[in-house]
Amino acid sequence: MKFTWFNLMPWPHLPDDFREKNRSVWVDIDSKLFDPEKSHEVYNTYFDLLEYAATLGFDAIGANEHHQNGYGLMPSPNLIAAGLARRTEDVALLVLGASIALYNPPIRVAEEFAMLDCISGGRLIAGFPVGTSMDTNFCYGQIPALTREKYREAHELIMRAWHEREPFAFNGRYTKLRYVNIWPRPIQQPHPPIHIPGGGSIETYDFCIDNTYSYSYLSFTGYLRAKMLLQGYWERVAARNADTSPHRAGFAQTICVADTDAEAERLFAPHVNYFYNRCLHVYPGFADAPGYRTIKTIQKGVLSQYAPLAGFDNLTWKDLIEGGHVIAGSPETVRQRMEDLIKGLHVGNVFCLMHVGDMPAEKCMYSTKLFAEKVMPRLRNIFPEYADDHRFWCKPMAKRVKAGSLPQMQETV
Amino acid sequence: MELKTIQTAHVPVQYYEGGQGQPLVYFHGAGGLDLEQGFLKALAEKYHVYAPLLPGYGESEECAELRDMLDFTLHGWDVVDALGIKNPILAGHSMGGMIAAEMAAIAPHDVSRLVLIASAGLWLDDHPIPDLFSTMPFELPKYLFHDEAAGAKAMGANIELTDPAFLQVFLVRNARQLGAAGKILFPIPDRGLRDRLYRIKAKTLLIWGESDKLVPPVYAQAFQSALPHARLVMIKEAGHMVTFEKTGEVVSALSAQ
Repeated sequence: MKFTWFNLMPWPHLPDDFREKNRSVWVDIDSKLFDPEKSHEVYNTYFDLLEYAATLGFDAIGANEHHQNGYGLMPSPNLIAAGLARRTEDVALLVLGASIALYNPPIRVAEEFAMLDCISGGRLIAGFPVGTSMDTNFCYGQIPALTREKYREAHELIMRAWHEREPFAFNGRYTKLRYVNIWPRPIQQPHPPIHIPGGGSIETYDFCIDNTYSYSYLSFTGYLRAKMLLQGYWERVAARNADTSPHRAGFAQTICVADTDAEAERLFAPHVNYFYNRCLHVYPGFADAPGYRTIKTIQKGVLSQYAPLAGFDNLTWKDLIEGGHVIAGSPETVRQRMEDLIKGLHVGNVFCLMHVGDMPAEKCMYSTKLFAEKVMPRLRNIFPEYADDHRFWCKPMAKRVKAGSLPQMQETV
Repeated sequence: MELKTIQTAHVPVQYYEGGQGQPLVYFHGAGGLDLEQGFLKALAEKYHVYAPLLPGYGESEECAELRDMLDFTLHGWDVVDALGIKNPILAGHSMGGMIAAEMAAIAPHDVSRLVLIASAGLWLDDHPIPDLFSTMPFELPKYLFHDEAAGAKAMGANIELTDPAFLQVFLVRNARQLGAAGKILFPIPDRGLRDRLYRIKAKTLLIWGESDKLVPPVYAQAFQSALPHARLVMIKEAGHMVTFEKTGEVVSALSAQ
């Protein structure tokens, strides 16, 4: 099992009447709600929490990409990863990821990921999301019906840039380059392992299977609702005669741990409430630009998680716990439910969303520490038969330098 | 009107045909032809009307080969060629106006007349066109109609979207239609037509609803200033769906010259 500590980096100062006064947390959120001076502390605390998780034995710490979003302060995940690469030593860095259809030219991603891999000594796990419709279409202006074609072309370009050792010409429809010859190149050859966040597109299942990429389902609605979607993935894996290693799949889960179940509710309910009832307030018109999702996918009944028919309105702690959106409670409660999740979904990677909404640092540290010490060790060996499957994880250099290793300043050199 | 199918270079295209007289090819807007059946019928009393459904609309297959404005423009001419028509009147509403105008600009000698009805294709920073792609179905009537209530009823915009089976049909249709339209309208419905309008030689008629809130009448002025010989007919008590709300007046204006 691999555990990644993840923080969406929400803006923690959305007002109490946010839902009533704003139509969306995303795309056209009121820019006056962002206070740059307050963000100085917010960003640095979030970095500290990621670095703290690294000291507790999480396998990876993660960053992702969102734009114009009140619950995601990382338009550039690579900037976050660069900061983490210098401040951590052993933990894997999971960037889930860079939306490759948004970079012009997309080899920018091949270059930056190579830089991160070199700086971190081969600790990078790279993610290539198509990006949500809010990010990709409404914030970054990509034409919905052409987004996937552009994504596929960007992927082809990046892969060729990493695999080929001679300069080559790339005559794409969306990108034309006469001399592709990236410099630097990643430590992990031919490239870092790749995780693809998907929202249930059948095309994405096949893409992961064909390329030996790990498929990640990043949902906020918890593992009970994820069953159908991941079952679809595993059926596809079986139909394509691929092995069923659990490391082929990952899942994001909101987790809060305290000494007792009651203590968990007392400590974390307000922050979980902030996230589900304030941060997920997305205007449904932005959830799914027509053409973004393929017809085949819509016909399968896979719709955006940001525009649930019943809405996210007024979900209580009880709703969220019973619905499985959130796994919270004592270490034993959390362990049991995590085991259900891991076995039920057959996932080898768990992205632990342990900072939630406007949770202050001390509560987050408490929950994180309990999870690392009392829950994680007991979930480690759920899939012993796949313990040696390293295809989907990074392979760092054996000998790595430490940050701050300059020689002593001499009077004369 | 008869519904037929012809093969074009890429995909089969469905079209309505009816009437006699001078050939007129009509290109629909992003909403398709559902509200314009009456208009086509009235038009067919004066002209030999052909109204193709763009790929993604009706039974016209989606077409991955159509990606940008030039593709749509040439597809328009492919349809005209497949129909075996020479020197047609080209008419278009909204997105269809944008396509017709591009067709007239790229082949200025092959068009006998051009009719642009509440046409898209230009962008004025001071008068941003509402974002059709993030608009919920129930919000559309206020942009489309002078008489919002009547319009909403006609387009069934108040339909319950909570029935999953119905929702799926609606979403598939929406994804096909607006997915295709988005290739030339998203995120800003401007693909450089302004720079090409000078090439248009055909006699041009602009028809606008006075209370159009999607592509407001100021856009009629913008077209007119780029097409100095164009004639503008403003129609009172009509919104963007002027062909639906004032069918008779649009047909009279169109056939008056």
